[in-house]
Amino acid sequence: MSATFRIAGAGRLKQAKIAGFSFDGRPYTGIEGDTLASALLANGVHLVGRSFKYHRPRGFLSAGAEEPNALVEIKRDAARKTPNVRATVQELYDGLTAQSQNRWPSLAFDVGAVSSIASPMLSAGFYYKTFMWPKAAWKNLYEPKIRAAAGLGVAPDQPDPDHYSARFAHCEVLVLGGGAAGIAAALAAAETGARVILADEQAEFGGSLRFESGAKIEGQDGFSWAQSALAKLSAMDNVRVLPRTTAFGYYAQNFVGLVERVSDHLQNPGRDLPRERLWQVRAKRVVLATGAIERHMVFADNDRPGIMLASAARTYLNHYGVAVGRNIGVYTANDSAYAAAIDLKKAGINVAAIVDLRDNPTGPAIDEARALGIQVNFGRAVIRAGGKLRVSSMTVQPKNGGGERSIPVDAILMSAGWTPSVHLFSQSRGKVAFNDETKRFVPGIYAQDCVSVGACNGTDGLSATIDEAYAAGAKAAKDAGSRPAKGTKPKVDAGESWSRGMLGAAPGAGADTTVKAFVDFQNDVTAKDIRQAVHEGMRSIEHVKRFTTNGMATDQGKTSNMHGLAIAAETLGKPIPQVGLTTFRAPYTPVTFGSIVGHARGPLFDPTRKTAIHPWAERQGAVFEDVGQWKRAWYFPKPGEDIHAAVDRECVTVRKTAGLFDASTLGKIEVVGPDAAKFMELLYTNPWEKLEPGRCRYGIMLREDGFIYDDGVVGRLAPDRFHVTTTTGGAPRVMNHMEDYLQTEFPHLNVWLTSITEQWAVIAVQGPKSRDIIAPLVEGIDMSDEALPHMSVREGRICGVPTRLFRMSFSGERGFEVNVPADYGEAVWEALWAEGQKHGACAYGTESMHVLRAEKGYIIVGQDTDGTVTPNDAGLDWAVGKKKTDFVGIRGMARPDLVAKGRKQLVGLKTRDPKVVLEEGAQIVADPKQAIPMKMIGHVTSSYWSQNCGRSIALGLVAGGRDRTGETLYVPMPNGVIEVEVTGMVFFDEKGERLNG
Amino acid sequence: MLLIRCPYCEEERPELEFRNAGEAHIARSPNIASESDDDFEKFFFIRSNPKGIIYERWRHMHGCARFFNAVRDTVSDRFLMTYKAGEPKPVKLPGAAK
Repeated sequence: MSATFRIAGAGRLKQAKIAGFSFDGRPYTGIEGDTLASALLANGVHLVGRSFKYHRPRGFLSAGAEEPNALVEIKRDAARKTPNVRATVQELYDGLTAQSQNRWPSLAFDVGAVSSIASPMLSAGFYYKTFMWPKAAWKNLYEPKIRAAAGLGVAPDQPDPDHYSARFAHCEVLVLGGGAAGIAAALAAAETGARVILADEQAEFGGSLRFESGAKIEGQDGFSWAQSALAKLSAMDNVRVLPRTTAFGYYAQNFVGLVERVSDHLQNPGRDLPRERLWQVRAKRVVLATGAIERHMVFADNDRPGIMLASAARTYLNHYGVAVGRNIGVYTANDSAYAAAIDLKKAGINVAAIVDLRDNPTGPAIDEARALGIQVNFGRAVIRAGGKLRVSSMTVQPKNGGGERSIPVDAILMSAGWTPSVHLFSQSRGKVAFNDETKRFVPGIYAQDCVSVGACNGTDGLSATIDEAYAAGAKAAKDAGSRPAKGTKPKVDAGESWSRGMLGAAPGAGADTTVKAFVDFQNDVTAKDIRQAVHEGMRSIEHVKRFTTNGMATDQGKTSNMHGLAIAAETLGKPIPQVGLTTFRAPYTPVTFGSIVGHARGPLFDPTRKTAIHPWAERQGAVFEDVGQWKRAWYFPKPGEDIHAAVDRECVTVRKTAGLFDASTLGKIEVVGPDAAKFMELLYTNPWEKLEPGRCRYGIMLREDGFIYDDGVVGRLAPDRFHVTTTTGGAPRVMNHMEDYLQTEFPHLNVWLTSITEQWAVIAVQGPKSRDIIAPLVEGIDMSDEALPHMSVREGRICGVPTRLFRMSFSGERGFEVNVPADYGEAVWEALWAEGQKHGACAYGTESMHVLRAEKGYIIVGQDTDGTVTPNDAGLDWAVGKKKTDFVGIRGMARPDLVAKGRKQLVGLKTRDPKVVLEEGAQIVADPKQAIPMKMIGHVTSSYWSQNCGRSIALGLVAGGRDRTGETLYVPMPNGVIEVEVTGMVFFDEKGERLNG
Repeated sequence: MLLIRCPYCEEERPELEFRNAGEAHIARSPNIASESDDDFEKFFFIRSNPKGIIYERWRHMHGCARFFNAVRDTVSDRFLMTYKAGEPKPVKLPGAAK
């Protein structure tokens, strides 16, 4: 099929490379350099989608990022389906496959369009009003139905196979927008040597120079000048030029988010290329050169395919060489649409008539149109468009009423004027100001170090724009600290100027309820909807917006906001500035999740920490559990064992012979310095000054509020050196807590803190045979009970490598914790494992570790405590230095409520039926027969089956718990009430004889 | 994302490297154990939460790891200045009028 609307000699595309593509399964051809939109238009295709709410046929409104209608799905393969791609932005490549959306069964015949017939029911606020009752229907009927019917595209159902990259960048001057203004600003800034980044959302720079045939700069046509200026900029080392890059968000302190579409335009993007790249740019100065967006005219059926913005038709002709019709009507309220008519007429396209809402406009554009023989009608309105799948006529009427006349056309070009793109300025928290004369919001009060230039600043005319932009670029570089340079400002030989126009509904928007004069095409909001919102009591533009959804679609109201505002203001009888503009929010255009997530997905989403012994545990078939970022061996099942069988065996083996446990994840901090003991005295409840080097102590750390924050065994290696251990999960916050006090409250103390968690691998060997296993491998340490009693530490060697050997126990058995440099962790483990095998020792995981410690009533901070437990509550009063005058938490601990009677205390719980294992978190009551809601007096914090005790064991926090020892309490569960007896916390070897067993 | 000047590193670094640590210039009493309930309440629980200028502590967590103080305008989110821990509360604030 030949591209019948391609005009020979028009446009800039080189006819050399033909690209085949398909739309809704039909094959077409385009030219390299086309967008999907221009290629479809070249083939005479206008109908490309169905609207969101009414399923009305829709075509192209624009030729750029503001497009509300032409959203399609681009499909590369099963996993690469991108919905809601603006066909006006998508560059064509050979083999591109596109599909229309929101239609069934076909684009030309859509069943959903019935909602258009029922549309009087679907007016503004419809959802709010209709689906209020009955309440149950919302969940079962309304929501599923609405969800199925709502939305435009279909989200891909497979994981995204593409990758996305991210870069941080810094520059003196960031120029956003690569039209005449942006290029001029970038040139001026770049000449000073400043680092400049120039970004534009289009594939080619030039902005409106793409269609402005009247622009001449430096003796060239405007677009050619833009390309040579860009070539100059690209060649400069201090300039980075980013095409296909949208600045989507302007954040605090000139931090701007840009997304670069790296490979969406390529036929076969290499696997080495990211799909998109997120740029996070910090700029000393930002130059906003974001241009202006043309507005449509609001009249009945102004959404018929073939009706588009005048500048879009001009772009398709002057850049892509495509005529958007053969017999064109123009409806305008300003001069710029005349230029479109003139360009098309000169290209041999028939212009049926220009309908101008203004009464008696004058100017060269009007004269030229007349001279070309175009029929020009002033003071008239297009009150209606004919046709359904494509516009077929426009009905013209004098704007104050009178005889109607229908003019056959196959396209209507509209222009109500231009809206400065103040989106990024507004995102920067700048305040816009309304210019009453030109009827537009322009940047007013700046909040950040940025400047707006050109059309987005309300500056009219190419010459004035280049003057302003060039000066602003030079000033931005200077303000950012660059030396002024003597550059040359580009000379404008000829330019176009468009301004003024109208806001709101034109006469053809009618008050008639059946008229659909669209304000917001993407959300199907009509002029009537906005009037209705005001009539129903909405006064604030923010309420009007939410009630009608005007401007709330993915195009963020780029074409609709000003019209909507003007109609609301008119209906309210208030001037526009008093009604106010809604806030612009990021993103400017939709941003993929992929580009925001970048590499942070899958295994890279969060770091995984593995111990030195991890590979050994993996080889042994250990089952792992996540503890924070750590992977910890949970249990080591033998063939045929489930978790219960494995844990029972591990627990029994440890108490019978011995077990090896990887404790490397324990937090470890070295506290060193002349004042180390003083520091320890302040940070822990325990006394430390008198702890002899070579001895250990169980320490408790409180927060200032008096609650337990962390705990762990601390070894004193030397008078000035403590080896502190913390809970696995608590290590970073304990380090932060210590640093905070050392740096800010106790800076007079001469102490250094070093995290050594990763430096030392820790192998716990616990059980009656533990010494027999370790001793053969140790050099330089007397392992006898006299020389190395429980709770002591020695430095020496094991397997020939340095060790800090702790004699300590978290199982209640004779136990050791062998610290070795992490690099030797696996080798030493292997050696200990070989020794252990001789004695029948096992490896055990975190589950058995938990059971063994619970059998002994050793608490786990964060499981048996929850941030509201004092040392006394936990039965750890003995660990608080009674003679101490200061430590963190000493005052908090003495608060009235913390010493009151009846506090929840940690106790042991034995179920009446020893086989029943309580659920952790289960609530405890004193009287199970009381009415619901029952008074809960505590809860279960730890609960296990203990094979060593031959029964279940549990710990719990119970109000006044210790005084209830021997009492029967109750745990109500869905399947009945469980009776429990309050006991002491030690279930096994109450006298602690096995520590030396 | 905010840009914060670390007074120890003497350069502006992105907010990602820092962690807020609450209000500044609330000193822990050397005789905290004998403090009255009211004084302890003021020290531990009461914070100013102003609309406008706030003096607060930050830590250059993923940098030099030092705690320092900052003056920030909670309305504009602008940092007016930063200074080292232990230095007195500044009387004159640069750029406060901006």
